[in-house]
Amino acid sequence: MDDNCPYDLLSVQEADFDVAHEYAQLRENNSQDGAIVYEYAQLRENNSQDGAIVFFSGLVRDFNQGQDVTGLFLEHYPAMTAKALAGIIDQAKSRWPINRVRLIHRVGQLHLADQIVFVGVSSSHREAAFEACHFIMDYLKKQAPFWKKETTKKGDWWVETLEKDQKALDKWQQDDPTDS
Amino acid sequence: MINIVFFAQLREQLKSDGLQLDIPTPCTVKEIQVALLEQNPQWSDFLSNPALMCAVNQDMVQLDAMVENGNEVAFFPPVTGG
Repeated sequence: MDDNCPYDLLSVQEADFDVAHEYAQLRENNSQDGAIVYEYAQLRENNSQDGAIVFFSGLVRDFNQGQDVTGLFLEHYPAMTAKALAGIIDQAKSRWPINRVRLIHRVGQLHLADQIVFVGVSSSHREAAFEACHFIMDYLKKQAPFWKKETTKKGDWWVETLEKDQKALDKWQQDDPTDS
Repeated sequence: MINIVFFAQLREQLKSDGLQLDIPTPCTVKEIQVALLEQNPQWSDFLSNPALMCAVNQDMVQLDAMVENGNEVAFFPPVTGG
């Protein structure tokens, strides 16, 4: 991750998270980010004050591959997870003029309707914040080492990958003018 | 020596979360996969699955990626997070 931005935070945790707290962290004092952190950016253009925050929270749902679903177990590759997520954030930052990013992904045993993932992005303008948030989620689903196992009353089942997730990723690659 | 690790459904199918593999380096991930199958022919239904993903030192790669002595090589099913 970009060492120059202390406001980017990513967490892989068993604990639940509080969306209101995360939103407040994205919002708080962010007009000062440019003055403190992005000295070079400020020299070029002093427009660091954010005008938009977009966030997404994902919830555990029934993947309909089993019956009588009671929840999900989230496995991950601990040595790789943070590195993969930081790489996705870096890609988003290279494509859009975004400021802060907050990413939380839960692991372990979760239940239906539990919060599982949070992605929050701040930016001067809404377009960049919307698109970067969407991009981070689409890449996370195909490139971060997490696996869902559905727990049901009749046994446990590994969730299969979905073709629509690959199509979502392909769309961003077609849209990237720098990606040959 | 290469540190091999397996995750999720693949770990359960192989009944192994990993092992140390002694193989001449540098080599490719594909050569590691072949060596693992030679030592464990009972894994062929699972470790030969073309949908599997792999990583070298925690970076996602293709089967033709190079591996050096001391690297960690991971094999796992397509990811399903988010």
